[in-house]
Amino acid sequence: KCNTNTQSEWKKSEDTQQQIIRETFHLVSKRDENVCNFLEGGLLIGGSDNKLIYRHYATLYFVFCVDSSESELGILDLIQVFVETLDKCFENVCELDLIFHVDKVHNILAEMVMGGMVLETNMNEIVTQIDAQNKLEKSEAGLAGAPARAVSAVKNMNLPEIPRNINIGDISIKVPNLPTFK
Amino acid sequence: MLGYDISWAAFNIIEVMSASKFTFKRIGYLAASQCFHEGTDVIMLTTNQIRKDLSSPNQYDTGVALTGLSCFVTPDLARDLANDIMTLMSHTKPYIRKKAVLIMYKVFLKYPESLRPAFPRLKEKLEDPDPGVQSAAVNVICELARRNPKNYLSLAPLFFKLMTSSTNNWVLIKIIKLFGALTPLEPRLGKKLIEPLTNLIHSTSAMSLLYECVNTVIAVLISLSSGMPNHSASIQLCVQKLRILIEDSDQNLKYLGLLAMSKILKTHPKSVQSHKDLILQCLDDKDESIRLRALDLLYGMVSKKNLMEIVKKLMIHVDKAEGTTYRDELLTKIIDICSQSNYQYITNFEWYISILVELTRLEGTRHGHLIAAQMLDVAIRVKAIRKFAVSQMAMLLDNAHLIASNTQRNGICEVLYAAAWICGEFSEHLEEANQTLEAMLRPKVTTLPGHIQAVYVQNMVKLYASILQQKEQAGEKEAAQEITQLMIERLPQFVQSADLEVQERASCILQLIKYIQKLQVKEVPVAEEVIALFAGELNPVAPKAQKKVPVPEGLDLDAWINEPPSDSESEDEKPKTIFHEEEQRHSRHRQPEIDEEELARRREARKQEQANNPFYIKSSPSPQKRYQDTPGVEHIPVVQIDLSVPLKVPGMPMSDQYVKLEEERRHKQKLEKDKKKKKQKKEKRGKHHRHNSLHTESEEDIAPAHHVDIITEEMPENALPSDEDDKDPNDPYKALDIDLDKPLADSEKLPVQRHRNVETLKSPDSEVPLVEKKSKKPKKKEKKHKDKERDKGKKKEKEKKVVEEEEEEEKKGEDLDFWLSTAPPTAPTPQAQSEPGTGTAVVAESQEVKKEEREEQDEEEEDEGKKSSKHKKKKHKKEKEEKSKDKKKSKKKSHHSEEEPPVSVQNGTLEDEPLPPMSSYRLLAENPYIKMTYDIQGNLQHDSQVTVSVIFENKSTSFLKSMELNVLDSLNTKMLRPEGSSVHDGIPVPFQLPPGISNEAQFVFTLQSIVMAQKLKGTLSFIVKNDEGSTHEKLDFKLHFSCASYLITTPCYSDAFAKLLESGDLHMSSIKVDGISISFQHLLAKICFHHHFSVVERVDSCASMYSRSIQGHHVCLLVKKGENSVSIDGKCNDSTLLSNLLDEMKETLSKC
Repeated sequence: KCNTNTQSEWKKSEDTQQQIIRETFHLVSKRDENVCNFLEGGLLIGGSDNKLIYRHYATLYFVFCVDSSESELGILDLIQVFVETLDKCFENVCELDLIFHVDKVHNILAEMVMGGMVLETNMNEIVTQIDAQNKLEKSEAGLAGAPARAVSAVKNMNLPEIPRNINIGDISIKVPNLPTFK
Repeated sequence: MLGYDISWAAFNIIEVMSASKFTFKRIGYLAASQCFHEGTDVIMLTTNQIRKDLSSPNQYDTGVALTGLSCFVTPDLARDLANDIMTLMSHTKPYIRKKAVLIMYKVFLKYPESLRPAFPRLKEKLEDPDPGVQSAAVNVICELARRNPKNYLSLAPLFFKLMTSSTNNWVLIKIIKLFGALTPLEPRLGKKLIEPLTNLIHSTSAMSLLYECVNTVIAVLISLSSGMPNHSASIQLCVQKLRILIEDSDQNLKYLGLLAMSKILKTHPKSVQSHKDLILQCLDDKDESIRLRALDLLYGMVSKKNLMEIVKKLMIHVDKAEGTTYRDELLTKIIDICSQSNYQYITNFEWYISILVELTRLEGTRHGHLIAAQMLDVAIRVKAIRKFAVSQMAMLLDNAHLIASNTQRNGICEVLYAAAWICGEFSEHLEEANQTLEAMLRPKVTTLPGHIQAVYVQNMVKLYASILQQKEQAGEKEAAQEITQLMIERLPQFVQSADLEVQERASCILQLIKYIQKLQVKEVPVAEEVIALFAGELNPVAPKAQKKVPVPEGLDLDAWINEPPSDSESEDEKPKTIFHEEEQRHSRHRQPEIDEEELARRREARKQEQANNPFYIKSSPSPQKRYQDTPGVEHIPVVQIDLSVPLKVPGMPMSDQYVKLEEERRHKQKLEKDKKKKKQKKEKRGKHHRHNSLHTESEEDIAPAHHVDIITEEMPENALPSDEDDKDPNDPYKALDIDLDKPLADSEKLPVQRHRNVETLKSPDSEVPLVEKKSKKPKKKEKKHKDKERDKGKKKEKEKKVVEEEEEEEKKGEDLDFWLSTAPPTAPTPQAQSEPGTGTAVVAESQEVKKEEREEQDEEEEDEGKKSSKHKKKKHKKEKEEKSKDKKKSKKKSHHSEEEPPVSVQNGTLEDEPLPPMSSYRLLAENPYIKMTYDIQGNLQHDSQVTVSVIFENKSTSFLKSMELNVLDSLNTKMLRPEGSSVHDGIPVPFQLPPGISNEAQFVFTLQSIVMAQKLKGTLSFIVKNDEGSTHEKLDFKLHFSCASYLITTPCYSDAFAKLLESGDLHMSSIKVDGISISFQHLLAKICFHHHFSVVERVDSCASMYSRSIQGHHVCLLVKKGENSVSIDGKCNDSTLLSNLLDEMKETLSKC
């Protein structure tokens, strides 16, 4: 499995995003256990200034793409911090956690990296902030009565139909009777 | 999101973002950060929502808004929200502060205008008490500085302090990286850095920090050693240390070691070359990243001596390599290595050609065109190799089926393009031309890509022409007719080609040859005419030649050829006529523009016509024939190889032979040399050629196998030399290349929403406008604000004791020079002599002093980090020092003068010769109640305004209030009063003074002429209030505007300075002052300080200085120090200004 954290500097079309992820996975998964954790950037990830730095945990790969202003070993440490934070926040993190709680993973990442720049590296600080935010969410849910309310609120949101569901045949246009001109 | 397009939901995301509950808001912002981008059209709807969230009382609302915004900020959003984010930078919660600071980088990128107004605040944050905020600020500035380091040099002292005090490894790494970028610009900085860096290396346990330190030390050494040979030893040491890293079993360290090595390689290739064995060993590593790095290193390591060996190794790797990407990388590297700096290292081009031929046997490479380009390049530019190249290419053509049989998509068939062209163009060198022609006419060829077939067809004719000539000369008419027949038989297959180019060429040529056949039947000799079709030699043209053709004088490319339709007739009114005109013009243009093909065809037709015209006299024998007998071709040792070529089975490497040959040759050469060379004859021959300067042979004793004439690429005559070609105009970071040291202009405010804007006291100072705009009551809030920031950890007891004076940006330039002057690059100055240690020792000592002082202060106040930059406040501090003599009591309260070590400590000159305390503040007036000191600053943005800062100090035990300052305006100089007030009204001073307190107020004056010094009379009226009651008091004063106060310290680079002097429109004047006893260093400092100059260049006891007046006069000085005197030569646009300035300077100097 591969969890690619494409940093938010990468605003690309969906196709390119997918291609980057595929390519990265292809590159990373082929590598042996005891080789170095750096990969030279190809054209896809933005030229030679950028590098892929990854760490391998059991079945998970954590891949960061950084430019030359970051310290290579520093980023390795950062990945370690990230994983340990995940571990703390999820209490023994496993792949399923990451898949079913993508939003939480993103929130944690957002506390560490913001707009492609490292924001905080102190694990305790990150965990404190995450906990405080979760508490805030819980208290809101409590006031609202039940978490179900939140679910229903989202459900009742006025989402427009996805285009294929629109049935044009049903629309009939009524032409009002116009007075005839003389 | 998650790989699916959800742009249809953008509006709903905004709805969720604006939910009142944090739970939803967070989800909304997360979704937005995932899928919003510049092109999302609804993004502008978010502006107000984000602004609302930013000012939310809940810190996490603000937090998610900032995080989200960082991912999708657009130029519009950046412009609209910059001011709100600025406010957040001084939020009470560090959590918000750090996010706000970090997001500023994104804002700067999208909206570069915000950088200058925001920078002072950002700099403040470098010394934030919270480590997270500090690290964010460091992060942002480092990122900014990485792109445009020179604008951030002035921050070096601040970062230096951070580096020595910080314990956060992240921050340290960033700072050290930043210094790595700064040192190349300022070598003196490097000397200062070495010591603390070595300390760090010894003390740290973090590998990452260690590595970055080593990296920066390398950068420092490189910047220091350029030009100085004695440093090569330390470079050697570094390389040795890196070798240890590379030999480490940890692959990561190995990789980084190689990475660092490549940095040294750029400047010191020799010292890395000795580790060739190690690098080559790394090529065998199983890790691709490491192999690639090693390859990079190899590129810089080759020399004439080892090129063949290295390439041989690489070729082995090419055969072994499994992945196509790696193999492609190897291939490009081989070509890069060989072709670098105009084939400098190649001694034997035959070897190179055979390497290229071998490379064609690679399967599935994408770089066929690269090989092809190399083949063409070498064959065209190295005349001597043509014969060999042609024979090799003929072989390639013969075996074309091998190359082309690999799938159609295969890039390698590109080489056939080159092969066909070379064989055709240089067909006179071909031995078995018939055979090659037949190979080119094979039916299989039609499966090749179109553009290759086209080249085939064209070059067939060239071949055919030369064969025809041969046969005719030999009198074999039948053979000639046979070959014509062959062409006529085979060409139709190309005529049927689907590719237009091939078809056209083929049918053209077919007709031509049919015509030739007719002539042949009539037994008319045609060869001469046919060969004339391809007469003339092709010369290589440099890729940028076209661009560099100078525009002829008198030709204006931007001018209209036809006058544009006049503006008076708007296009809406008369669209028809304009359209008509345009059409006409269009048709007129069209005529001369006949496309290339058409032209070629016509030319061909014309040539044919000429060829067939018996009356047409040919101008001269073709140059192709001429260079057949040029020297240089005959002495290629081709004999042995020629034998081996036909026997060659494709697939067997043959370049190895050359390696052996080369060794033998070198050996022989050595022997020859020992026997007192008879070679002179040979060398003479070599001189027939235009000897390329690259073949100096000085590097080693290896002479190239044959004296090769590398034709340099042709450039148009009088081409304009320009280096601008490489700059990318679209670089987003270029916009951030902004001079941050310039004082801020009023016009550079961040856009604010209207209703917040309160009438502001007009002050051109850097910080005030921003602060004021945020609050309804400017002064009061500002005070509170700043106090809050500064005293947060502390008790409120100290509140409002002393109000900050405004920072004086303009001093920074000098500060840096002072700071760096610890280790002057020239001979040791007096202060350094008395201290045997080097510059770094001084630093260490000064640091100790600093520490001591700090410990003392710590008793009073714990928090050092909270202080804003001491450099900014130096002036203020000094001023305070002066005053503190007679006010012991207030001394403790004015915290700046206390906590910061005196200036001279920072200069590292305290022990022996402290700089006398300098203050630009002069006494304005004094009485028992109050003392006024003032300083005048020019304002760069308003060419007719200066700001007078007056410090009011209450000397009495009474309370002073209702102060009002009034000045009698002169014709030239007027005080700027609020609108609506008359010239006789005074301006109220915006504060009151409790006993023993001082504060500063600023007044703006407008002037017309600045060439003369001026004096204005004025009065300060105030009310003294004490226990006995209150009295009204007055104090008269004279405000002296010196010429120096109209100058603004402006840094100037020496080349710009030289240009200015050359320009010749400056007036010159000079003075000489005798009896100067202070050191030159101090003298310069004095001129810099009091007269607002900056040092451009300093050599021994001579210095050039520069400054600029607010009205843009350039003032240049040349200061020379003799035994006891100083002479100053000045140049300025205005002679009156200059003479006044020099008079003032004379006065200042005569005091010392």
